[in-house]
Amino acid sequence: MNGLVLGGTYALLGIGLTLIFGLMNLVNFAHGEFYTLGAYATFAALTLGGLGFFAALAVAIVLGAAAGALCERVLLRPLRGESIDTTMLVMIGLWIVMQNGELLAWGGVAKSIPHPFPTAPLTLGPVGIAPLRLFVVAAALALIAASWLVIQRTRLGRAMRATFQDRETAALMGVRIDRIHTVTFAFGSALAAAAGALLGPIFLAYPSMGDLASAKAFCVVILGGLGNLAGATLGGLVLGIAEELGAGYVSSGYRDAVGFVIIILVLLFRPSGLFARAERIG
Amino acid sequence: MATLAVEDLAVEFGGVAALAGVSFAVHPATITSLIGPNGAGKTTAFNAITGYLRPRRGRVTFGDEPLTGRRPCDIARRGVVRTFQKTSVFPALAVLDNVLIGLHLRGRAGFAAIVAGRRAVAAEEARLRDEAEALIAFVGLAHRRADAAGSLPYGEQRLVELAVALAARPRLLLLDEPGAGMTSAEKERLVELIRRVRGQGVTVLLVEHDMRLVMGISDTVIVLNNGRVIAEGPPASIQTHPEVIRAYLGSTRA
Amino acid sequence: MKRAVIALAAVALLTLPFWLASPYHLHVAIMAGIFTILALSLNLLLGYTGQLSLGHAGFFGIGAYTSALLTLKLAWPVWLGLASAAALAGLAGWAIGRLALKVRGAYFVLVTISFAGMISLVSINWMELTNGPLGLPGVPAPELAGLSLRTKSAYYYLVLAAVAGSYLVCHRLVHSRLGRAFLALRENESLAESVGVDPTHTLVLATVVSAAMAGVAGGLYAHYTRFVSPEVFLFSYTVTMVIMVVAGGKGTLAGPVVGAVLFTVLPEALREAMPWQWQLLAYGVLLILLVFFLPRGIVPALSAWRR
Repeated sequence: MNGLVLGGTYALLGIGLTLIFGLMNLVNFAHGEFYTLGAYATFAALTLGGLGFFAALAVAIVLGAAAGALCERVLLRPLRGESIDTTMLVMIGLWIVMQNGELLAWGGVAKSIPHPFPTAPLTLGPVGIAPLRLFVVAAALALIAASWLVIQRTRLGRAMRATFQDRETAALMGVRIDRIHTVTFAFGSALAAAAGALLGPIFLAYPSMGDLASAKAFCVVILGGLGNLAGATLGGLVLGIAEELGAGYVSSGYRDAVGFVIIILVLLFRPSGLFARAERIG
Repeated sequence: MATLAVEDLAVEFGGVAALAGVSFAVHPATITSLIGPNGAGKTTAFNAITGYLRPRRGRVTFGDEPLTGRRPCDIARRGVVRTFQKTSVFPALAVLDNVLIGLHLRGRAGFAAIVAGRRAVAAEEARLRDEAEALIAFVGLAHRRADAAGSLPYGEQRLVELAVALAARPRLLLLDEPGAGMTSAEKERLVELIRRVRGQGVTVLLVEHDMRLVMGISDTVIVLNNGRVIAEGPPASIQTHPEVIRAYLGSTRA
Repeated sequence: MKRAVIALAAVALLTLPFWLASPYHLHVAIMAGIFTILALSLNLLLGYTGQLSLGHAGFFGIGAYTSALLTLKLAWPVWLGLASAAALAGLAGWAIGRLALKVRGAYFVLVTISFAGMISLVSINWMELTNGPLGLPGVPAPELAGLSLRTKSAYYYLVLAAVAGSYLVCHRLVHSRLGRAFLALRENESLAESVGVDPTHTLVLATVVSAAMAGVAGGLYAHYTRFVSPEVFLFSYTVTMVIMVVAGGKGTLAGPVVGAVLFTVLPEALREAMPWQWQLLAYGVLLILLVFFLPRGIVPALSAWRR
């Protein structure tokens, strides 16, 4: 059950990153920082802004999108034609700035994010689950479904898919590539922020929480294949469950190693991802 | 002297056959041209022969050595060197360094000897430098030796490419559209260079679109269309071959 | 002119403990030396072959732990420990190279990060071997002919010798046919292959040499601080190394040296004025600014400016 909680949020992180990585060919090392941003934004909205829990979540998501759009316009657009090394370095710089910014703003002590759910677990058949976790799973699934709808059913989603498959043709057909890039980055960052906002109340919020989130997100992207939405969703769930099993059977200290091991194994043996269907040409 | 033998070479991209089973031979010390309308599969054939693409089926042998399934660097080691359709140099490096890299296989210095600073390594470096200078002079770029290859005008960059390929001491040289984008003066120089290269015993296989160049320089012409060989023979017979004419006319109509 | 400058610098470096005698300054000099070796090693991969390895802290840590454990638990002499540090780090480099170089670009970066992450987790969790987060205290200092090199001055000379050796290796390698092969792979891998450069063999070689050098730096660090903990695997070390190489000038030999010295001295000099978090924040901003305005680094910019 915990595997689903983690899995759902990993899927959110993964979908956001696979869109960014796949469509913009950008290694977004700062992805985890938007996750952290989501958590702290929720905290701020609740404690400083006095908003309700669900409103705070919404604020976090919107803030994630806005921050993402801003970063894309200011940092990434000028570097559009550069090599992938250059953009990687910029994202690493952004990572450092965001993480230390949060450290300075909030201090290094972890913050606990209050939530309105009762702590007594509900019993669903043989398992007992905390209502908060149930909510997180439900919200994550809802957001995943919403993302799917946007990508598959809307004009925007079509434009994004077209840009991913064949940028030049898409541009010729009138797709504004610049705008698609901004939207994609904002969308991906918003999903990361959502993941942070959802997991924040369960775990705690601290400045370096994004590092592991980034690593997990990359793992999910690699499992599912670049730009592959279904793969990212499945990958997220697989990772969440694998971690739970790993922690249970091997040792909890090595739980985070599961993600790293998966990255290494998949990249070595099936670089296009476990769930990828498209052929790689030459 | 080794013959390049291509047997039933087939390459597919996502279910579409780029090469549908191509067979031909290139005889030693000849200049053979591979022509055909756009999309006929010429560069694909080059890529498959030199190891940049894995063929779906077929065999390529050079002399008695199989080439299929080998990596490009191993194929180069066996004396088969190719140039690229898109201008390919080492842009940030000087012309001299470009050619020195072409001479990579001509050096033997290993890591241990290099780090120990052995005198044999310095002697080898001097020898390689002399060879590089000779090659640069051969293509007529001595005045450019210290310039960054990426800063040269287009025609000269193509000459750098040729020098780099020649540096690897090929027995078989595959040139992919060497004359593309060149002025007629530059093309004349190119033809002269290719003839001199053949005179040194190197077999040349080239892909070209300039028919005058092709018919003027080739001993044999092979025509591809839609991934198949449709004609093979001396230039005169190809120019009047009905299938070839149909292929080219058909492609212009489309 | 250039020779005079180099000679002057050499004299200054050789006599440094005499005119910069405070233990604090010597400490900074020693750390600058260790980071110079690290920066030079990362530069081989990043600057010359063009592969961004973000797992270099992993090799540094393996070197530190190897030498520390061998000298502490098995009472090996420090020189043997350092050599083993290089060997084991080099072996790790070989494994990573062979495995990771099946992929390029971003995927290679991810594999290197994962490797460093895993090694870090192992060092934290394998308590029997590494004592976990508590670390290994009491790592012995090196001895030369019965004389302990415990003092800062003596250790400074040891590090200086190691820096000189590393620089010499890099210099010879870079100006050789292997160095050209590195550059060829960075500039145009397909073309390099077409003339016989073996990408896997060459890149693995670069990774092994790079890793071994980082391992030596790790060993030197262990025997200097006399204490090793999983903190050597911190990503911030890797980030610092990357900034040193990128800011100094990747693809040059002087660049990493300049970058290493600059970014060892600068934090110390700013320590009074700026607490650590602000410095890191400034580094992040600096990295972004460098990419935009000085993409080739300080050394190339200086030599372009002089011309």
